[in-house]
Amino acid sequence: MSDLNKLGLAEARDLLRKGETTSVELTESCLKAIDAADALNTFVHKTPEIAMERAKAADARIQAGDAPSMCGLPIGIKDLFCTKGVASQAASGILEGFTPEYESTVSQQLADAGSVMLGKLNMDEFAMGSSNETSVYGNAVSPWRRGNDDAELTPGGSSGGSASAVSADLCLAATGTDTGGSIRQPAAFTGIVGIKPTYGRCSRWGVVAFASSLDQAGPMTKSVRDAAIMLETMCGHDPKDSTSVELAVPNFEAMLTGDIKGKKIGIPKEYHMDGMPDEIEALWAEGRAMLKAAGAELVDISLPHTKYALPAYYVIAPAEASSNLARYDGVRFGHRANLAAGDGITEMYEKTRAEGFGHEVQRRVMIGTYVLSAGFYDAYYNRARRVRALIKKDFDDVFAAGIDAILTPATPSAAFGLGEMNDEDPVKMYLNDVFTVTVNLAGLPGISVPTGVDHQGLPLGLQLIGRPWEEGDLLNTAYALENAAGFVAKPGKWW
Amino acid sequence: MSIDKDTAARVAKLARIKVEEDALPALAQEFNTILGFIEQLNEVDVEGVEPMTSVTPMRLKRREDVVTDGSQQDKVLANAPDAREGFFAVPKVVE
Repeated sequence: MSDLNKLGLAEARDLLRKGETTSVELTESCLKAIDAADALNTFVHKTPEIAMERAKAADARIQAGDAPSMCGLPIGIKDLFCTKGVASQAASGILEGFTPEYESTVSQQLADAGSVMLGKLNMDEFAMGSSNETSVYGNAVSPWRRGNDDAELTPGGSSGGSASAVSADLCLAATGTDTGGSIRQPAAFTGIVGIKPTYGRCSRWGVVAFASSLDQAGPMTKSVRDAAIMLETMCGHDPKDSTSVELAVPNFEAMLTGDIKGKKIGIPKEYHMDGMPDEIEALWAEGRAMLKAAGAELVDISLPHTKYALPAYYVIAPAEASSNLARYDGVRFGHRANLAAGDGITEMYEKTRAEGFGHEVQRRVMIGTYVLSAGFYDAYYNRARRVRALIKKDFDDVFAAGIDAILTPATPSAAFGLGEMNDEDPVKMYLNDVFTVTVNLAGLPGISVPTGVDHQGLPLGLQLIGRPWEEGDLLNTAYALENAAGFVAKPGKWW
Repeated sequence: MSIDKDTAARVAKLARIKVEEDALPALAQEFNTILGFIEQLNEVDVEGVEPMTSVTPMRLKRREDVVTDGSQQDKVLANAPDAREGFFAVPKVVE
């Protein structure tokens, strides 16, 4: 069978169970596609030996009749996840050469379920960025182009390598992480599905920390069904993460009925932003019409503190990052600067961190240091945490009023060109996350579903936001939207 | 609230990141852009609102105060830039 790499998780699983293909064949197909796609710069640490070993083990398991859904399915792992014996750098120079002695809980669960790791995927440094342009490995490149224009486009960020690799069919699916939109924005930019579950669903243990109160892992896949399958494997209580919730993980796939009759879908008026392109407004209107036609009831709602989400995020996330990234001191792991004669420990810290961190990471660590410093802690950090409480209350109120899910655009535009934002001030880049960041601040599940293309042929996505812990219901609404939209566009192969 | 060059230098020092003297004015300018954006939070009435400590209303789990891990010195030191005789090695800290 040819082009096995183009399959999704569900299709490949079903073929494996019927004995019509093997994990070894699937894995070889993906490894070949990866080696032919260096121009996309997605797989930054390839692990073909591990992949073939796991594929053979998976085939044996399938033969023996002991095969969970993910068994034998080749996937990519974002570089933010620590993987035992395999370089895990969070796309940072400061973790150059770091090879963990342990495995993150999420990647361990995926491995235990029999999935096949193909390698580590490019990302923004420490997951700080919206375009995958802050990576020490260089930019990840989107497989999508604007018509015949050969300008390279961003796959989004921070999970840009994951998005590009899934969209270009280099793997069947990939892990991502989402602190302010880092799964949903790249998914929307590349025409794939990405879900960030409720905060606490996926263990953060072994995932390099950016902003601990916001970080969540999630799957990036070719369909909503695939997202349901992979999310179930990634979720679950972990005693090693104190914020991991002790709740049973439902069979998400079994909840995909496509029936959303009578569901109340909230349409928040504050998400009509000034200067939003007509195409995004039109996409959103189409999405509303699709859900209505599927039997849902549309309800106009208000989330009054929406406009304060990004500024609150740009206090809270850098504050937590400045604390989390204090561990990169040149002592225990990663890079240490060469020191001059007479340099003491302070010079070691300062030179190591100046050399090891990229510009955006340094900027955020310093902003975080400033907002936490004596005299500003109340004015910035505590105020931002109060505003965060109000943002969460906005959502609590609409859910208490009976709303089942909220429909919004995923991004304020289609993907932009790599380098196009270089001359803009940093805040302009931050605006990419305007529709997604509220969800992290409120700890809610959110999913991005591709539903259309813009006038240049680039994918656009809509976001659905669900009630806490109700990923199954959210996935089902997303499934109905996916069925109605019938998005089938794929990037033409140029790489 | 405007950040000048000296404040930028102080913040860099607190963050333990070496910033060259000639890079400080541009850094201060970037801080001001971002802080200007953050200033919007002052418009919000937060009177009587408690700062959020946990996004999910859960009590942190407790466990028995017992040793559950350890005895893996080699693994702990495996990634150190400079490890000697079972220790992390650093420049002289005390005279």
